[in-house]
Amino acid sequence: MAPKLPLHHPVEQSSTASAGGQASAHAAPPRGLMRWLLTTNHKEIGSLYLIFSLTMFFIGGVFALVVRAELFQPGLQLVVPEFFNQMTTMHGLIMVFGAIMPAFVGLANWMVPLQIGAPDMALPRLNNFSFWLLPVAFTLLLSTLLMPGGGPNFGWTFYAPLSTTYAPPSTTFFILSLHIAGVSSILGAINIIATILNLRAPGMRLMDMPLFCWTWLITAFLLIAVMPVLAGAVTMMLMDINFGTSFFNAAGGGDPVLFQHLFWFFGHPEVYIMILPAFGIVSAIIPTFSRKRLFGYASMVYATASIAILSFLVWAHHMFTVGLPLAAELFFMYTTMLIAVPTGVKVFNWIATMFRGSISFEPPMLFALAFVVQFTIGGFSGLMLAISPADFQYHDTYFVVAHFHYVLVPGALFAILAAAYYWLPKWTGHYPNVKLAQWHFWLSVIGVNLTFFPMHFSGLAGMPRRIPDYALQFADFNVASSLGAFLFGASQLLFVILIIKCVRGGEKAPAKAWEGAEDLEWSVPSPAPLHTFEHPPTFHRQGE
Amino acid sequence: MRTFIVWMAGCLVVPLMTTLAMANGWNMPVGVTDVSREIHSLHMTIFWICVVIGVVVFGVMFYSLFRFRHSRGAKSAHFHEHTLVEVIWTAIPLLILIGMAVPATATLKKMYDPSDADLDVMITGQQWRWRYEYLGEDVAFTSNLGTPRESIRGEGERGEHYLLEVDEPLVLPVGRKVRFLLTSDDVIHSWWVPDLAVKQDTIPGFVNENWVRINEPGIYRGQCAELCGMDHGFMPIVVHAMEGEEFDSWLAERKEAATQEAQGVDREWSMDELMARGEQSYNAVCASCHQPDGSGNPPAFPALAGNQALMDDRERHIDVVINGVSGAAMPAFRSTLNPVEIAAVITYERNAWGNDTGDLVQPAEIAERLAD
Repeated sequence: MAPKLPLHHPVEQSSTASAGGQASAHAAPPRGLMRWLLTTNHKEIGSLYLIFSLTMFFIGGVFALVVRAELFQPGLQLVVPEFFNQMTTMHGLIMVFGAIMPAFVGLANWMVPLQIGAPDMALPRLNNFSFWLLPVAFTLLLSTLLMPGGGPNFGWTFYAPLSTTYAPPSTTFFILSLHIAGVSSILGAINIIATILNLRAPGMRLMDMPLFCWTWLITAFLLIAVMPVLAGAVTMMLMDINFGTSFFNAAGGGDPVLFQHLFWFFGHPEVYIMILPAFGIVSAIIPTFSRKRLFGYASMVYATASIAILSFLVWAHHMFTVGLPLAAELFFMYTTMLIAVPTGVKVFNWIATMFRGSISFEPPMLFALAFVVQFTIGGFSGLMLAISPADFQYHDTYFVVAHFHYVLVPGALFAILAAAYYWLPKWTGHYPNVKLAQWHFWLSVIGVNLTFFPMHFSGLAGMPRRIPDYALQFADFNVASSLGAFLFGASQLLFVILIIKCVRGGEKAPAKAWEGAEDLEWSVPSPAPLHTFEHPPTFHRQGE
Repeated sequence: MRTFIVWMAGCLVVPLMTTLAMANGWNMPVGVTDVSREIHSLHMTIFWICVVIGVVVFGVMFYSLFRFRHSRGAKSAHFHEHTLVEVIWTAIPLLILIGMAVPATATLKKMYDPSDADLDVMITGQQWRWRYEYLGEDVAFTSNLGTPRESIRGEGERGEHYLLEVDEPLVLPVGRKVRFLLTSDDVIHSWWVPDLAVKQDTIPGFVNENWVRINEPGIYRGQCAELCGMDHGFMPIVVHAMEGEEFDSWLAERKEAATQEAQGVDREWSMDELMARGEQSYNAVCASCHQPDGSGNPPAFPALAGNQALMDDRERHIDVVINGVSGAAMPAFRSTLNPVEIAAVITYERNAWGNDTGDLVQPAEIAERLAD
């Protein structure tokens, strides 16, 4: 059953000991920099995460534009291949670990307590610590670019032995920064699980939670399961590089393919870590602007859980060409194809929700609709990639680059933008400027498709990924991709302008900022005061 | 309304672009082997399945967006959850997937059967070139990028096969089953020729298998597909497929040449001969890292020109070229180059670019050390 908006706060203090107990203990907060350094407030930490992620998004974006500028035409014009490889690598690392993941954690920080009626995250000090690890990790990572021999240049998948025996000296720092970012993710995940399992409003069962909380709960378990595997793999690299072990060195009895098994056992669930919360966001926005309940709440929860479980059984589909035995090849092909079923259930659910609704096209809805269409296109190419014999042709080409950018940019990123537009009235008390938002939306859609759609063709025509220069038959596709990338990059500046304007002023938003919005966050004033739900709200289930 | 027109236009543009691309041959190549044809047909089948599903799903979606607009006064219905519908939209995709898995499994089984090969070719990936060895035939050579560095930098013409040309192509017979044994001397590479539908990683310390039976003579081009360092984009593959008889005489010719080269080991070589031969091998094998002018690319690839340590220690110089540097990017060339080539390269490095040590390294000396 979907939760219903309760519009009143009960006056009486909760009888449970955990909730609301801290309310009176707040002394005057420190001011200036110390306020942000020491804050334990979930809204402030959420904002810090979001600002950090936006910053990283622009840094990673500039790296991508260096790559696209070099690929604008055949030949080497702007950068040398060594630097080109550092740019592709850093672009991937920064976007995955620095932009997309922290953005979702930031949204969870802000919205999970508000959606379940909790006063804050369950472990506020841990929350502060997990955020402040990130600037440390990424300063360290970015500083490797200035070290002798340059930064990581072996791709964001850092396959051994290119990333061990043949790596630049800065690799040890890269490993340390991944460790720090990993600790941050694990602590953040623990906090979200603790919050959701312990701090729900009285009467709210798990199956009453908004889907954003559900998808994040499942994501958090994925994080706890796989981040240690990544930590293990990079520690083995560290040992190979500095302490003479041979985990990934065949000359010492090790196996380079072992690295890939470890990496993708982390990496595939990681892919879903970056998309499940997006499912939750879209599942909130589509019903709101269709003014109709989500078609199948329970089946959405089960589909999310199925995707999460399957994500542990498909990792070797990234390795179809490394020489797996036939039986393994077949197993991973079948399990990978199976993922299309729960994913399809999700898309069908969103469309069934829109069917016979009453649909309007506010900015969050525009981004959510673009998400559905373009994520599905990414899903289609994913299905094609699952066909193992065909993957021998697709693997490591621009077709793969097109595929994962469709699920990550107009997929995960558009969901994050949709979430920002959806909740900005709650965060700032003002509606974002609609005209500016529409410009941002349309330029982004055009830019994204101009960038990534031609990559399907250059990949099928035979262009390998991660090359700084290419044969002449790929030239036209690359011109289109580069122009699109610069258009997309530039149009994100509109988003920054829009946020600044929205923080400063704009049309005032009421508590319930969107007519069709039904979740608990819309019962607190806009902007949400620093402390909300100091007394737990009474939760009403729809139909009661 | 304007929104919808743009959306619908977008919906039309994508299939239109797709059709255009197919028409102009920018799709996956059909290729010249039975396996590549099967893969191409799998690719087109799954592609059209996706197109049909896409048309249905997006059709319903855009119909809803158009028909049930708030601005047109649409009132939302209150239905939700419908077991039959949910069972149907779970079952239909499942059936489609099973239908797709059957032919894919059959093709994969074929690809995994390299038995009864007529010819075995060992393919070794090296930063950043390929080495081909016709097993049991005493014929082996390396295949380097044929495009001059000047044209990459934009200082020269770019030919039709820019970056997809090599100094020596892999020559294969048409109509015979050729088994590939793939490995690497350094990092992981991936040997890929789209027209042959062979893409197989080469992994240091391990040997992978794949096979091909080419149906049509011709020249087929491909590239390394796995990021392997600085010059990953500059290690192309060219396969020259010729009729069986033509191939046999080519192979016999190469065997004869190899025998002559082997005899050259025992004779005394002059400085000029070694320098000429050394320059040739150096530019093919060493220049990608140490640069044609010996300036290197520190810190990973040290300069050789004016390198005092190198000039002072002849013994160590020979040792490094033969055995490589453990834990660093310098590979061992003991099995990649023959004694003549190793001797010539070392002589060249000790006397070119003003190094002028006057040292001469004879092939016989190298052959002796290799025998140890």
